[in-house]
Formats: sequence, C-alpha cells, structure tokens
Amino acid sequence: MARVVVDTQPQRRVEVSLEPVEVGLLASIAAQIAAFVAPDEDVDPLVALVGLDPQAVAPEDPALKRLLPDAYADDAEASDRFRRFTERDLRERKRAAAAMVSDALAPLGTQAGGTIELSGPEVDQWLGFLNDARLTIGARLDVTEENHEALAALPDDDPRAGMYAVYDWLTYVQDATVTGLID
Amino acid sequence: MSRAAFASVAPAEVVRPEVVVEPDVPWVTIVWNDPVNLMSYVTYVFMEYFHYDRAEAERLMMAVHHEGRAVVSNGTREEMERDVTAMHGYGLWATVQKDD
Repeated sequence: MARVVVDTQPQRRVEVSLEPVEVGLLASIAAQIAAFVAPDEDVDPLVALVGLDPQAVAPEDPALKRLLPDAYADDAEASDRFRRFTERDLRERKRAAAAMVSDALAPLGTQAGGTIELSGPEVDQWLGFLNDARLTIGARLDVTEENHEALAALPDDDPRAGMYAVYDWLTYVQDATVTGLID
Repeated sequence: MSRAAFASVAPAEVVRPEVVVEPDVPWVTIVWNDPVNLMSYVTYVFMEYFHYDRAEAERLMMAVHHEGRAVVSNGTREEMERDVTAMHGYGLWATVQKDD
C-alpha cells in the first residue's frame, strides 16, 4: 500500500512510496486525465495563444462538466462568456498537473515500486490531479453521499468494483497528503 | 463532501438562489457541496488559497457540508471570477453571483 510522508518544514515536501502495481495504475490514470482534459487543438493558433476559446460550451459528459463547471449557477449567458475566456487555461492547468505526475513517475518504470518526491507548486498540482481523478471516477460511478458503502460492498465480478477500489485508493492517498499538510 | 472514512451524510441539495439585480451590491463566491470532495481537502483549499486560519476554513467547510453551499469570499465581480477560476483549478464546485 502506498505510503505518504509529508514535511512542512523547512519547506513543503511530499514523498509518496508506491508498490509496482500502484506506479502503473497512477501512470495510467495520469495519462487518461491529461487526455480527457486536453483543450481542442484544432483552433486558430492565435486564438490558442491568447487563451480564448470562442466555441467553448458546457461539456455534455457529466465527468467533464464536473471538472469544468459553469461559473454562474443560473445565468447561462454569463457562464458561456466566462467559459470562452477561461476554460482553455483551466484545461491547460489540469493537463499540466497530470503531466507533472507522469513525469515524476517516468524514472520509476512500471516493473519496480519506488518513491516520488514533490515540492513547492508540485504539491498543489499533485492534490489537484488526485482530485480531478476522483471527480472523474466519482462521476462515472455516480458516487453520492449515500452510496459509498453500497459501492464498497460490490461483488468482485461487478465491473464497478475495480473502479471503486481505484477511487478508494486515490481517496486514501489524497487524504494522507492533505492531512500531513494541515495537521 | 466525503470523509476519508466514507461516512454517509446528507445529500448535496442544490438550492439555486435568486440573483438580486442591483447596481452596487458586491459579488460573492459560493462553494457548493459535492459528494466526492474530501472534507480535509476543502479545508486545505480554503486555508491555502484564501489564507483563512484552520478554524475559519473548517467553519466554512462545515457550512458547505451541512447547508449545501457557503459564501467563501466577496468583492468585485472581477475578483470573484478570479476566485471561482482558482476554485475550479482545485476541483471545487464554485459559482459567482451578486450578493443577496
């Protein structure tokens, strides 16, 4: 099981020791999240350069919609305007966080376990990535505040059982990191 | 929100408040409850981004958790859009509205 060690002095540092299977799992999730949030590359390069997305609309996929939510609860026009100005940058930041995790894992390979060390801004990227992964899987599993126990009790042959095990593992790693930082 | 121990708690009830249209009222950033985000992480984000002390961050986190939403900052519309952008970066579900 992954082990998380957090130092806050003299500076913030997180060490995550991973089993071989966990290295492969995390690398696979990081690659999937990076691809999932990637902005549309098929736009005018100048438009991309200034970070605008004139075509941006609220995603239909519930998981993507949760990662890129509306900024106004009851004003679709204001939400769309906000999205055109900010969504590309938000996607880029989420992709960069996932890419940072991929890069940290790369030297480990997938045959052996190992330890990744994160410091400075990487710590918030790490937590943001773990959260995006949990939000995505949580949306796929339709996690609610009531069904955690039912999902945890799914039989092994239910396809959702494996996904929930991954969700549960990500929860453990995220909570261990956060708790180390604030306690 | 979710505890790491996966305790079951009240559902995230989304109450959509009516926006009062007045020219000079300040704007607010609202964070909404959701079933995935950890209580510990939401507290961390409030401490980290808004620089609230732990007690205030936990008070706001519990308000989100129990009331379904909480006002976490106020200011100009531009400032609130900046805060919402940051919250979305952290993965919290946040919206901007005029203060009612």
